[in-house]
Amino acid sequence: MSEATVIEAKNLSLTFQTNDGPVHALQDINLEINKGDFVSFIGPSGCGKTTFLRVMADLETPTAGEITVNGMTAREARKNRAYGYVFQAAGLYPWRTIGGNIKLPLEIMGYSKAEQDERVARVLELVELSGFDRKFPWQLSGGMQQRASIARALAFDADILLMDEPFGALDEIVRDHLNEQLLALWARTEKTIGFVTHSIPEAVYLSTKIVVMSPRPGRIADVIESTLPRERPLDIRDTPEFLEIAHRVRDGLRLGHGDDV
Amino acid sequence: MMSSAGFISRFAPVLTIIAIIIAVWYASAVALNAPWAQDKAKRAGVTLSFSELVSDTWAQEKPKLPAPHQVATEIYNTTVMKKITSKRSLIWHGWITLSATLLGFALGTGLGILLAVGIVHSRAMDLSVMPWVIASQTIPILAVAPMIIVVLNAVGISGLLPKAMISMYLSFFPVVVGMVKGLRSPSAMQLDQMRTWSTPKSTVFWKLRLPSAMPYLFTSLKIGMAASLVGAIVGELPTGAVAGLGARLLAGSYYGQTIQIWSALISAAILAAVLVALIGLIQRITLQRMGMLR
Repeated sequence: MSEATVIEAKNLSLTFQTNDGPVHALQDINLEINKGDFVSFIGPSGCGKTTFLRVMADLETPTAGEITVNGMTAREARKNRAYGYVFQAAGLYPWRTIGGNIKLPLEIMGYSKAEQDERVARVLELVELSGFDRKFPWQLSGGMQQRASIARALAFDADILLMDEPFGALDEIVRDHLNEQLLALWARTEKTIGFVTHSIPEAVYLSTKIVVMSPRPGRIADVIESTLPRERPLDIRDTPEFLEIAHRVRDGLRLGHGDDV
Repeated sequence: MMSSAGFISRFAPVLTIIAIIIAVWYASAVALNAPWAQDKAKRAGVTLSFSELVSDTWAQEKPKLPAPHQVATEIYNTTVMKKITSKRSLIWHGWITLSATLLGFALGTGLGILLAVGIVHSRAMDLSVMPWVIASQTIPILAVAPMIIVVLNAVGISGLLPKAMISMYLSFFPVVVGMVKGLRSPSAMQLDQMRTWSTPKSTVFWKLRLPSAMPYLFTSLKIGMAASLVGAIVGELPTGAVAGLGARLLAGSYYGQTIQIWSALISAAILAAVLVALIGLIQRITLQRMGMLR
């Protein structure tokens, strides 16, 4: 494990015991994520991409193998609040304002009042929602709510950001815009990002590393290191280089699927 | 400010229903009280015209069904025209019932919330307490009430507390059921979210579970308040008809004072409506301040 390795999985497996027998959600996962990486997990439903993200976050416990986050076990990392987690739905509390929602983890972690205010202002500016701190969630659009939930995950000092299909429920145009913003935010904050998606263009556009997964059992089919530069305007998606990576991702997905398709 | 058109559109349906009820009530009074009026007329050897019959059925001393204005007059005479301290004042009786209702409601709400918190946080309590909570409500309160009164009397507790216990017995149930549902209403995602911040259980309760449960709590409180009033009235029946709206009901039925029974009934209904409306108001204010109303 090198200095720069933030997350490392070794022979990781997770089997759920269900009434219909065991389900192999993850099998023999080996992966290293380096500091500052933007790693996307892509694959069909049931391939274990969300489960893997939840294992990193200690929301699921692997049945075999090991995982380290910042050199600690996933549990220790969670106790140390090593990461911010963004779910598919914004999950903002309707009885709290946007500012109040972002303060929630800060209150739980015991930040001082002054620091809470300072941090709320800072992260709202990062997600371009300055001036919305006194609005209630229902006064914001879906895309804005999701940006607020990203702001909430950025508010405390976690250098890892785990995102589980955060833009899955949003329309394409909003999604493009948020993807662009996310890249800018990643560049500014230098966080390590784990990102689950089932959109090939989204994965290729955002990532430095794309992990293609396949189902039954959930395995890694391919790991693609992106050759795209870190600076990525939206129209990079029309370049041959982009299309080539997208093609490789598609091949990986098809291969993993076997005869199922 | 509400415009006059808004006022009309809001209250017109209610007023229409009230008008219909009163019309049906008057008609029923004629039908039910007519035999007695005819009987009297026959013994006196006179025949009644229709208008005489109607006016007689609406003015009898012990009618089978008193007319609305008779009940209204009785309520007016026993509230406005009597001193509040008089034992014939409906306000005095109402206050006796109200105090037991409010005490029982407060105890029931407290007990309900405590049980719900226990049930949500402890699997053992969920399995052991919940069936008893449900079983408790399958026992007819009319059977339990006299026993509670007698048993508590035997250990020297009488007056307000036994009645409040019966109110509590009826009102804790909707609070338990509503609060258990409310405290469990946060989604798996919201609970996972709390886990990613390694939030202590108590903080999850105060910051997530309790606020999520507020809408459920208020709905339960409304049902609980109405049940509480019923409990207090039922609790007054076996006390030997000393005081309270229940006592007025019982005394009225002993002496065939139907007007008194109906005025006590209507007073109890008005009291319940006011209490439930009051909770509705508190609900509006609370949820508005929490930003949960738009």
